[in-house]
Amino acid sequence: MPPLLEVRGLHTEFRTGAGVVRAVDGISYTVEAGETVAVVGESGSGKSVGALSILRLIPDPPGRIVAGEILFDGRDLRGLTEAEMRHVRGRDIGMVFQEPMTSLNPVLTIGRQITETLERHQGADRPTAEKRAVELLEMVGIADPKRRLRQYPHQLSGGMRQRVMIAIALACSPKLIIADEPTTALDVTIQAQILEVMKSLSRKLGVAQIIITHNLGVVARYASRVNVMYAGRIVEAGPADAIYHDPRHPYTIALLRSVPRLDQPRRARLDPVDGQPPDLTRLDGGCAFRPRCRFAVERCATARPPLEPSGEAGHVSACFRSSELGVVAEVAA
Amino acid sequence: MNAAGETPLLEVRGLVMHFAISEGIVLSRKVGDVKAVDGVDFTIGRGETLGLVGESGCGKTTTGRCILRLERPTAGEILFDGRDVNRMERRELVALRRRMQVIFQDPYSSLNPRMKVGEIIAEPIKVHGIEPDAGRRRAKVRELLSVCGLDPKFVDRYPHEMSGGQRQRVGIARALALDPEFIVCDEAVSALDVSIQAQVINLLEDLRDRFGLTYLFIAHDLSVVRHLCQRVAVMYLGRIVEMAASDELFDNPLHPYTQALLSAVPIPDPRIEASRAFRPPKGEVPSPINPPSGCVFHPRCPKAVDACKVVRPELRELRPGHWVACGEVH
Repeated sequence: MPPLLEVRGLHTEFRTGAGVVRAVDGISYTVEAGETVAVVGESGSGKSVGALSILRLIPDPPGRIVAGEILFDGRDLRGLTEAEMRHVRGRDIGMVFQEPMTSLNPVLTIGRQITETLERHQGADRPTAEKRAVELLEMVGIADPKRRLRQYPHQLSGGMRQRVMIAIALACSPKLIIADEPTTALDVTIQAQILEVMKSLSRKLGVAQIIITHNLGVVARYASRVNVMYAGRIVEAGPADAIYHDPRHPYTIALLRSVPRLDQPRRARLDPVDGQPPDLTRLDGGCAFRPRCRFAVERCATARPPLEPSGEAGHVSACFRSSELGVVAEVAA
Repeated sequence: MNAAGETPLLEVRGLVMHFAISEGIVLSRKVGDVKAVDGVDFTIGRGETLGLVGESGCGKTTTGRCILRLERPTAGEILFDGRDVNRMERRELVALRRRMQVIFQDPYSSLNPRMKVGEIIAEPIKVHGIEPDAGRRRAKVRELLSVCGLDPKFVDRYPHEMSGGQRQRVGIARALALDPEFIVCDEAVSALDVSIQAQVINLLEDLRDRFGLTYLFIAHDLSVVRHLCQRVAVMYLGRIVEMAASDELFDNPLHPYTQALLSAVPIPDPRIEASRAFRPPKGEVPSPINPPSGCVFHPRCPKAVDACKVVRPELRELRPGHWVACGEVH
């Protein structure tokens, strides 16, 4: 069976005053039905642009998808008309964004925003849609749903608003949910509640998820597979356990060593990567991580390492020295 | 006074900060209070870093602002080196400002976009008349930049020409310009990416060791707090619910809120996560306008009994140095 989503050689560019920014610079990956894939990376790594490109939500100009295929459920989304694409968004693929206050319409009630989705995509009549809206709010753990439906977004807390977003994302029984930093703006206990709701519902309903986050703890708790992005590319991908316990890219190793951990007594010092993320308008022909990399050799300056199998099945890394790194990292740890 | 018999650098006693809410524009009348801070006591010793943690609205930032005298508290005392900052006269206050500085979360909004980096850092030195000679002032600014890990050439840059991590280093350099003893770090590393955050954490530690600084480290990221702080106070709805040495607090949390908070933080290791018992606390933080009676955590607490609705638990020292405000923990 083909995967639910297959992204092949996706390139998305932005034309800016400073030059062309290759925000997404040739990424390929798959998402199987029902699974949760995390895309992790820092600001400017291309993790959000990559996800918005799947939904064709890149503002053009200045942005443009310049190459690649986005095969979803057997169709290439790049070939669809805008009208067809509107049906894919919201019906086949649900979306949850970081700041629910800006993605909900402030002048419509919560109820209207859910019923609108149902009426538009499923042709439901008003009473059916309203009944279903109550069920959806109950499902995402909102108490007293009938009263909530009559309220406006500003009357709800941040966590409550994000639950509403999840209810809207799930309204038309999508096959995939793309969640872009869904809990970054929320407090840690609310973050935990929201992620638990997403996890249990995706399991129960068999919805696949792409979770975009910078939080390595969230990835460890919820994802089965992980794509690590740096400077517009996937530099390492594989099963979550392999990424955390047998990382094969110097950037992943550096990220894992940069985070202080709640379960460990104070270490002497954190061991962060030196330097700053690169300027995406000035990338050369070599590996983009090279200037910050402790393992860089001459070859890294002249050629970009391709993603190649490393370690266990399904684990790939874009580093010329990936096979040595397993040993090096173990010794250093 | 602590066990060694010296005055702590900072002592907060019974701090209360209520913000009045009024209704009406012409005939404005008070209709209630936001009880942002509702009776908080703690001390910070010289050279110590105390972490103040809690979720949005718990009062941690307001506590910091009261200490800096950016707010006038409703009640309570803030003793800095034995003197109450709220009773200080203008001259004494100017002297206090030199000894006490702040680093804010958002370097984008706390740096003046129209000033060059060099001017931003030189301004406090100028205002306080510490170095009237412009040449020596410039040398001091360059030194501060290099202490904070920035190229001294950055003096001629504007904040918008720098990355978030670099801007935060400028904010730190500005805070250091007056050679302070005490710095309030209010979510100082929260807006930064993981790899940059780790660099800035290391910088804050180096500066503490080098200049013997005392920090009040206000943050919501518990992992960062565990790494950076010697002692930690957990706040909930305007009150401290638990306070202990860092490793003690994180390894043996006693208050049900602290336990819930810690279990909500995911650990960056899938094997540990797979084996962790995980119970996110139910519900959301109630409004500080109308906080619950008795123990403010009782509506969400798994251990709550009838008495918790009535009696406000005071902080008790259940183990040496480990303070807990819960009637049900012994």
